[in-house]
Amino acid sequence: MKMIKNLIIKNGHIVDPSSNLNGVMDVLIEDGKIVSMAKDMRVAAKRDDSEVLNVSGKKVFPGLIDMHTHIREPGREDEETIKTGSRAAAKGGFASICCMANTTPPVDNQGVVGFILSESRKVGLVNIYPIGAVTKGLRGDELAEIGELKRAGIVAISDDGNPIQNSEVMRRALEYSKMFGLPVISHCEDKFLSLDGVMNEGYISTLLGLRGIPSVSESVMVARDIQLAETTGSRLHIAHVTTAISISLIREAKKKGIRVTCEVTPHHFTLTEDSVKDFNTNAKMNPPLRTKDDIDALKEGLRDGTIDAIASDHAPHTENEKDVEFDNAPFGIIGLETSLSLAIMELVDKGILTLSQLVEKMSTNPAKILGLNKGYLKAGEDADITVVDLERKWVADKDRFESKSKNSPFIGWELKGMATEVIVGGKIIVRDGKII
Amino acid sequence: MVKWTRKDLLGIEELSVEEIVLILETAESFKEVSTRSIKKVPALRGQTVVNFFFEPSTRTRTSFELAAKRLSADILNISASTSSVVKGESLKDTARNIEAMNVDIIVVRHASSGVPHMLAKLLKPSIINAGDGSHEHPTQALLDIFTIKEKKGSIQGLNVSIIGDIAHSRVARSNIWGLTKLGARVSVCGPSTLIPRDIERMGVKATYNIEEAIEGADVLMALRMQLERQEKNLFPSIREYAINFGLDKEKLAHAKKDVLIMHPGPINRGVELTSDIADGPHSVILEQVTNGIAVRMAVMYLVSGDDGERL
Repeated sequence: MKMIKNLIIKNGHIVDPSSNLNGVMDVLIEDGKIVSMAKDMRVAAKRDDSEVLNVSGKKVFPGLIDMHTHIREPGREDEETIKTGSRAAAKGGFASICCMANTTPPVDNQGVVGFILSESRKVGLVNIYPIGAVTKGLRGDELAEIGELKRAGIVAISDDGNPIQNSEVMRRALEYSKMFGLPVISHCEDKFLSLDGVMNEGYISTLLGLRGIPSVSESVMVARDIQLAETTGSRLHIAHVTTAISISLIREAKKKGIRVTCEVTPHHFTLTEDSVKDFNTNAKMNPPLRTKDDIDALKEGLRDGTIDAIASDHAPHTENEKDVEFDNAPFGIIGLETSLSLAIMELVDKGILTLSQLVEKMSTNPAKILGLNKGYLKAGEDADITVVDLERKWVADKDRFESKSKNSPFIGWELKGMATEVIVGGKIIVRDGKII
Repeated sequence: MVKWTRKDLLGIEELSVEEIVLILETAESFKEVSTRSIKKVPALRGQTVVNFFFEPSTRTRTSFELAAKRLSADILNISASTSSVVKGESLKDTARNIEAMNVDIIVVRHASSGVPHMLAKLLKPSIINAGDGSHEHPTQALLDIFTIKEKKGSIQGLNVSIIGDIAHSRVARSNIWGLTKLGARVSVCGPSTLIPRDIERMGVKATYNIEEAIEGADVLMALRMQLERQEKNLFPSIREYAINFGLDKEKLAHAKKDVLIMHPGPINRGVELTSDIADGPHSVILEQVTNGIAVRMAVMYLVSGDDGERL
């Protein structure tokens, strides 16, 4: 590929809430950085190392950031690799992703952090920011060497998927991480309450005779972690919130000035527990799909700012793993390639969020929460840009997913909205919806 | 009369009233076969039935086996302990291998809800659900309804109380669907920890009061208590369960004179029922077992798609 030194993105409609931009403007990029933004920028005489990208009719966002993905490398390269995960992210419109610590071995030592960072540079598509483990081996009892992990390059800590049951350990994690300025990302689940549940507890679980995960198994831990964040004064980020009670707890906590943020996944605001009715294991995830009332509360939380971010919780599993008894199937679905479309269809088109708010939740706020120097379009900063065609329709085709795994409940759905171009550090990695 | 069009019998939830009636009427004509000295009709001659049981079962498996034999089908029993499942083969692979041997009907029991549904989508042979997790056990409900109908003439307007561990009972769910479709008023009764959430939305009344469940009931259906449930803190002891919910003479003093006592088996004597009740004049527990064969003959006959002359 020839090196583009100089790129002008022309005629796009820029949406960047952090600088209050919302209108048609051109962006000039040089050496990977944004140089200037202005209306009707004059294009210098065509040079060999320059390109003009006409995106008229499309939206130009700061590069999207997914703060919650599971890239299975190292350990489960049959499910996803850093390469395939990066491609899925790029295809989905993300310029940056944060990968969770539950690899094999887990991200509880600097060696794994270094491996992920160097592999992602080799792939050279999206920015990958590792999230470190809170505890050694994700076992929930002894703190990992968080300072060392921070120096190696992590942006947050989380035992996601292995929620910390011991409140004292959680308290110390919050306290200790404070000195490194790292947020603790908590998957809130009381394992005694969720027990061996496989779906939301309610009418559908009663009908199907499947063991239920009660919504309180989430909210009691949300309440605990909020109180721990309050007493420690530390930064807590609650992963994939799903219940109405959790939302009201977080809303109250924010009013009190407690340093808590949270995220929601597209599947939790799009699908209800009804999706489990035909025992589709691609509707099995943890936390589980909840009810219509919960979705209404999630949407209200998005609208009023209680929910800060939209994150995919991209969790690849092979078809062999998923094609089993519902009870035995692993939790989780892929989401990188469908997140943006679902957010546009469910939130923007339905008037829950403005485009500016969408950008906040998918770029600005994740960057703020994780302390990344990203999430805005500004002269002098990295040229990470996502160009979106809001009207472009496409069908989620299993064979066309870039992800190595195909475990999506949205297969066959007609989706609307597509990231047609993705630019990372001034380099075009996606053009007309295709990775180059 | 309605024609049977389903490849499989997965549950009662999806059946129409007409389909349920068709099964019951077909069972009626098959019941007589078992009373003959030569207990065999050629209805499924040349067909192969596989009993594919992933959970221990004596009654249901035997019942299906006899039903198949009395229809002249060849039947093969596979249980989880003898199948390659223990060698780590996936359910899907095992099922595909059985299919590849050109069988016609697979009767499946599995501890996980939804397994028969998964196999039905995957495989060509007819799938009959012989119990999936806590979801459905359609042939049990059909034989229960057959027995009630035989005794009471009709299901319409009857009061039926199902007593015990409703939460983990596939028998309860299938009976709720079948009985309410046919016009019975169904109550479920048990410890509050074993009555699942939102069960009323299935069209039943839920109560924790055994007297209330007994009073006015035409049928009392006691469910088997699975003793291992105790470990999960769902109730303190079998003793306390028996005191509060076990059917005995004293509690039945207020029952209707012609009440039917049913139990899907196997009984924990002294827990769900005292022996005098289980063996008493109101009990139809063994008739349920007898009728099970006729109902399963009917179901196998119908899913096999034989529209020819019966018997």
